[in-house]
Amino acid sequence: MINWIWMTMLITGLVFAMFTGRMEEVNEAIFEGAEEAVVLCFGLISILVFWLGMMRIAQEGGLLTLLSKVMSPIIRRLFPEVPKDHPAMGYILSNMTANMFGLGNAATPMGIKAMEQLKELNGGKDEASRSMITFLAINTASLTLIPTTVIAIRMTYDSENPGEIIGTTIAATAVAVISAIIIDRIFHWRRMQRARAK
Amino acid sequence: MAVFTTISMYIIPLLLFVILFSAIIKQVPAYETFVEGAKDGFQMAISIIPYLVAMLVAISVFRASGALDFILEGIRPVLAVIGVPTEIVPLAVMRPLSGTGALGVMSDLLDVHGPDSFIGRLASTMQGSTDTTLYVLTVYFGAVGIKKIGDSLKVGLLADLCGIAAAIFFVTLVFGSM
Repeated sequence: MINWIWMTMLITGLVFAMFTGRMEEVNEAIFEGAEEAVVLCFGLISILVFWLGMMRIAQEGGLLTLLSKVMSPIIRRLFPEVPKDHPAMGYILSNMTANMFGLGNAATPMGIKAMEQLKELNGGKDEASRSMITFLAINTASLTLIPTTVIAIRMTYDSENPGEIIGTTIAATAVAVISAIIIDRIFHWRRMQRARAK
Repeated sequence: MAVFTTISMYIIPLLLFVILFSAIIKQVPAYETFVEGAKDGFQMAISIIPYLVAMLVAISVFRASGALDFILEGIRPVLAVIGVPTEIVPLAVMRPLSGTGALGVMSDLLDVHGPDSFIGRLASTMQGSTDTTLYVLTVYFGAVGIKKIGDSLKVGLLADLCGIAAAIFFVTLVFGSM
């Protein structure tokens, strides 16, 4: 699927540029896109190194296990495949907490760690497991409590009340997460049906 | 407002304090443990590069060629019928594709229409209430080497659609229509 989307975007773009005469812009875009990606990854190095270090301490200090124990009644239903005290739970939870407070930078390393654990649980296959899809769906819907970046940008544009969108953001994000969970369940159910039919 | 800036300023230091405190209680050698865990970070960031380059090049080619604008022009009249302001369409389409792109579109909307206008509030809510699906997918799966993504993208994009619809609904409900 991702292969198709990728190919479609590139080929459509290239063909389109021929007709619109925007080859020059496309030429620039190729290198700009590549550069942006590398700059992003290099920016990630500092964050990943720092937070993975901190998270290791949290793990050894028992914080992750504590977190997963406290939250497990709710989260276990979302991830029925993950055993109760598995480290994956702790990482999933710390990722969600970081996202909630708008700490996108701190959330990424924990999300990757969670994925790593989920992959291990799935026998190291290069295929996305049910829990991985659920985890990703919740992540892309982005559970936010305080949209810090947005508030900051609204301030720079002299908003009279930069924080007034917190309420609507929380409501919209909640709907997005709940829909993500429901849609994920529907797709899981469809996969099961198909597997049974075989 | 000051409350929120204060809260977000204290979260990370507080979190670090709690983590270090737990290390003292459990007698974990914090420094050595930190270095041990941090070693993975560099490798992880480097391993994401090919995935992100592939994705961002495709997106910027698609955008620069005018194909994205063409599609936007196509869906505008459809959305106008159900009362969605057409100015918001570029943001709704850009949000799942590119984080920096969406941030640019949102800033532009705030600049042109004002942050306290209907469109400004809608753009702010949309920006804050969903994440860049393609980025999250590329980075998370890329880092751990997942090649077969299953239903992930479909679920992610459908949830984005619900989030965007919810943003329109709640902003209209709370702040009135345009």
